Amino acid sequence: MSYDTSKWEVVIGLEIHCQLATRSKIFSGASTAYGAEPNTQACAVDLALPGVLPVFNKEALRLAVKFGLAVEAEIGMRSVFDRKNYFYPDSPKAYQITQMDHPIVGKGHMDIELENGETKRIGITRAHLEEDAGKSMHGSYHGMTGIDLNRAGTPLIEIVSEPDMRSAKEAVAYMKKIHSLVRYIEISDGNMQEGSFRCDANVSVRPHGQKEFGTRAELKNINSFRFVEKAINIEIERQIDVIEDGGKVIQETRLYDADKNETRSMRSKEEANDYRYFPDPDLLPVVIDEAYIEQIRKELPELPEQKKQRYMAEYELSAYDAAVITTSRELAAYFETVAKECGDAKLSANWVTGELAARLNKEELEITESKVDAEAFAGLLKRIKDNTISGKIAKDVFEAMWQGEGSADQVIESKGLKQITDSSAIEAMVDEVIANNPAQFAELKGGKDKMMGFFVGQIMKASGGKANPGQVNQLMQKKLKD
Amino acid sequence: MMSQKEMKKYHEKTIAELSTMLQAGEVTSVELTQYFLNRIKAHDGRLNSFITVTEELALAAAKDADAAIKNGTAGPLTGVPIAHKDIFCTQGVRTSCGSKMLDNFISPYDATVVTKMKQAGVVMLGKTNMDEFAMGSSNETSFYGAVKNPWNTDTVPGGSSGGSAAAVAARLAPAATGTDTGGSIRQPASMCGITGIKPTYGRVSRYGMIAFASSLDQAGPMGQSAHDCALLLNAMAGFDEKDSTCLDMEVPDYTAELDKPLKGLRIGLPKEYFGEGLNVDVEKVIRAALDEYKKLGAELVDIELPNSGLSVPVYYVVAPAECSANLSRFDGVRYGYRCENPVDLMDLYTRSRGEGFGAEVKRRIMVGTYALSSGYYDAYYLKSQQLRHKISDDFKNAFEKVDVIMGPTAPDTAFNIGEKSDDPISMYLSDIYTIAVNLAGLPGMSVPAGFVNGKPVGLQIAGNYFKESQLLNVAHQYQLHTDWHRAIPEAFV
Amino acid sequence: MSLDADAVKKIAYLARLKIDEADVPVYANNLSNIIDLVEQMNAVNTDGVVPMSHPLDAVQRLRDDVVTEINQREIFQAIAPKTEDGLYLVPQVIE
Repeated sequence: MSYDTSKWEVVIGLEIHCQLATRSKIFSGASTAYGAEPNTQACAVDLALPGVLPVFNKEALRLAVKFGLAVEAEIGMRSVFDRKNYFYPDSPKAYQITQMDHPIVGKGHMDIELENGETKRIGITRAHLEEDAGKSMHGSYHGMTGIDLNRAGTPLIEIVSEPDMRSAKEAVAYMKKIHSLVRYIEISDGNMQEGSFRCDANVSVRPHGQKEFGTRAELKNINSFRFVEKAINIEIERQIDVIEDGGKVIQETRLYDADKNETRSMRSKEEANDYRYFPDPDLLPVVIDEAYIEQIRKELPELPEQKKQRYMAEYELSAYDAAVITTSRELAAYFETVAKECGDAKLSANWVTGELAARLNKEELEITESKVDAEAFAGLLKRIKDNTISGKIAKDVFEAMWQGEGSADQVIESKGLKQITDSSAIEAMVDEVIANNPAQFAELKGGKDKMMGFFVGQIMKASGGKANPGQVNQLMQKKLKD
Repeated sequence: MMSQKEMKKYHEKTIAELSTMLQAGEVTSVELTQYFLNRIKAHDGRLNSFITVTEELALAAAKDADAAIKNGTAGPLTGVPIAHKDIFCTQGVRTSCGSKMLDNFISPYDATVVTKMKQAGVVMLGKTNMDEFAMGSSNETSFYGAVKNPWNTDTVPGGSSGGSAAAVAARLAPAATGTDTGGSIRQPASMCGITGIKPTYGRVSRYGMIAFASSLDQAGPMGQSAHDCALLLNAMAGFDEKDSTCLDMEVPDYTAELDKPLKGLRIGLPKEYFGEGLNVDVEKVIRAALDEYKKLGAELVDIELPNSGLSVPVYYVVAPAECSANLSRFDGVRYGYRCENPVDLMDLYTRSRGEGFGAEVKRRIMVGTYALSSGYYDAYYLKSQQLRHKISDDFKNAFEKVDVIMGPTAPDTAFNIGEKSDDPISMYLSDIYTIAVNLAGLPGMSVPAGFVNGKPVGLQIAGNYFKESQLLNVAHQYQLHTDWHRAIPEAFV
Repeated sequence: MSLDADAVKKIAYLARLKIDEADVPVYANNLSNIIDLVEQMNAVNTDGVVPMSHPLDAVQRLRDDVVTEINQREIFQAIAPKTEDGLYLVPQVIE
């Protein structure tokens, strides 16, 4: 961040487009599967042939309501589809079916964790159902643009936040939280590479203390967390530069260019925007009742926030550990399996958020792709708990397990890493170390407690790390009294 | 030497009569189909009522129908030839909607109405001419040229289903399908002296019927008699899962109530439909028809539809607003007309649409675009929707007092070709009595009731929601006692 | 209310309709007349009247989430003005 945060306040609101995990499209029976040959999944309705009509997909409704319940939002008991008119080749009807005045999801919220450990509540203004557009392929066709309409009609919810975020980092935290939630409640695969989850960011700046918002620019179609942060920061700098140079920020749509790390105006989209919204006469109001909502509420899994509270109460985890573990449903499930199998939740939390998380991060893997499954991982922790190995040795064992060398027990066995718990064997080593270091032992006896560390270290070294540090300590105490 | 059969004048027969003859083996569908194809060839040069004649397909379908009749698997409409308005998508056959925009459009699919007709064994003779995208009241806006009224070829047949009306009036087809957004079945039926019914909104699927104004459009049959319309509506009506606005309601047998006596029927006469603007001779014809109903035991009740005077202004917001969006898909990208050598995307859009649409269509798209544009929405679009509610409530109140509402279908008889084509407003006013029914979504009919100077006059009968059976009954009883509907224009006898 | 030439051009642009310069006054005149007709609506007070966007007081029916459509690209693109490699081609889109 290279702007003066003491002088400028940043105001950010996000519009997140999230693809709903339906089999067929929102208004037609064409498949939504990703990656098909161009236009092979664009049916008569998707192509807007003359005379075709839309019929609304039941599952899209259910998933949208599920989202609304998960963010504790008001649910639209009577929602209405509208037409948003604009000409663009990827929009076959030249209008998008969306929801304007009566969205399916009303006001809700999402809490994010800030870097300083505090929690901040971000308002969700609304979330509405709409259809996605097709894709334009530029170049390579004799200077023409190719249009693939497979994506046209894919169901989306657009989740609109309040302008509650005050930094790019907060925006990313919010986006990640929503991303995690939609996968948690299984309404979307959240695949950002495939465009299932992307966002537009409304960004403005104002001097601290100014009441009114500054003029905002809308950054379009950002499809990675990294780009969101970069795009917003670069846009903030641009706006501050404009203002400090005596200029004015104009309200416009801008595109983030990741290669050049800059945002640029999309004037083509701006020209005389007048979407002429009106209720779509081909579709009737979508009316739902309390029973329907209750049914969906029952289908909701335990939400991240609820899970976090439970982990803190039930397993006595720290708020931080609980928050980290509950970011994904899969990670939480992994943790719960490990905790149950090894019988020590705190140890499990430490290892899952520590060694395991670091390893996954390093290799950019999801928890579901972990090379050590939950049962095997629990097997490792069990051996720490029963003193078969020390925590330090366990790290080596984990590494071997990751490399596919077998279960914890197999690795411990084959590498001879089993902790030495035979007191006579340890005592022999203790005696040997004392014998080799008479001067140091005299100092220790004389009251120089610091020397204890030296002896324990030496003994552990002599045992190849396999001696039980507790036992070593005990024996040394005994030798001092002798 | 001509055989007995060939001398028969099949074109004087109603569908009900042809059906009986087909079932009895007195005529085959192939013979009947060929007979009407020949009539089209011989006479349509004077009318221009067809855009496309599908001779080969028709004869093949007729052959299948004959086989079904032989097998005993035939229904009442099996083998009966009819024409479809060119607004219905027909697989493998050009579906132009009367526009240059779709002159090259071979539909890859069938409209639900077309499918249902095929399932009923109906033979399609061809596609009838119409006002471009159903926008017009005279059939003069067609890219394929004006249609002439068989009763007087200097005059228009009405519109937008003018081709269907003219073809049936001249008996080039025993019946035809039509669509009605603001009177497009009833007004041409009136001007051509045939019978047509616009069912309750949602009764007939709109899938595959090229949309003009989605909340108003409704398909219906156009034929020689109420009985024929009942037979055809039996095949057309019914739930379609492809149309969200299509009613999931059981379809009655529309012929079942035809014979009910009319004693005690309460007929409402809206004073607004008999006021200024109505041709006095047309009024005389209508009054005579009402007298006939009195003789049949009906009671005439004066009623009011206080907001109906605003139905034309309301309609000219609602319909253009919806059409402005409905016709946006015609952009030269995926099908239809594309301008020559577009220099850029904007050029592709504006020229394809500017060249592909005719003047009236462009006018309505522009009116609708304006009415929806920012700053005007409340004053025009929202206001029109509120008035639509009031107009609809007027009918609700009226139907508490009466069973059906009657009046003239149109304020005048057919006007001359060219007479109103430069004056959109006066053209619009020819639908003044039909539009309110569409705004409310009610069923309405037009029934031949006489002539003024040799030009037909239609009686409009509007009913309450889903009362098509009653309308057909009321019309049928009248037709049992009159023969206006059996009259054939001299030049086409 | 009457629409002038600029208003007509703006509407034509929004609707993506090319109107010949010579025809603009004709459209301006026609559209103004239609707007005058439409403004007869103002004669009636509609305060508090619920707008009616649909003739029937029905609610949306829901479709089961089932894939019912098969690939018909060849049939659909047989009637397309310009395609290549399964894509619809348009003059270059500049973003």
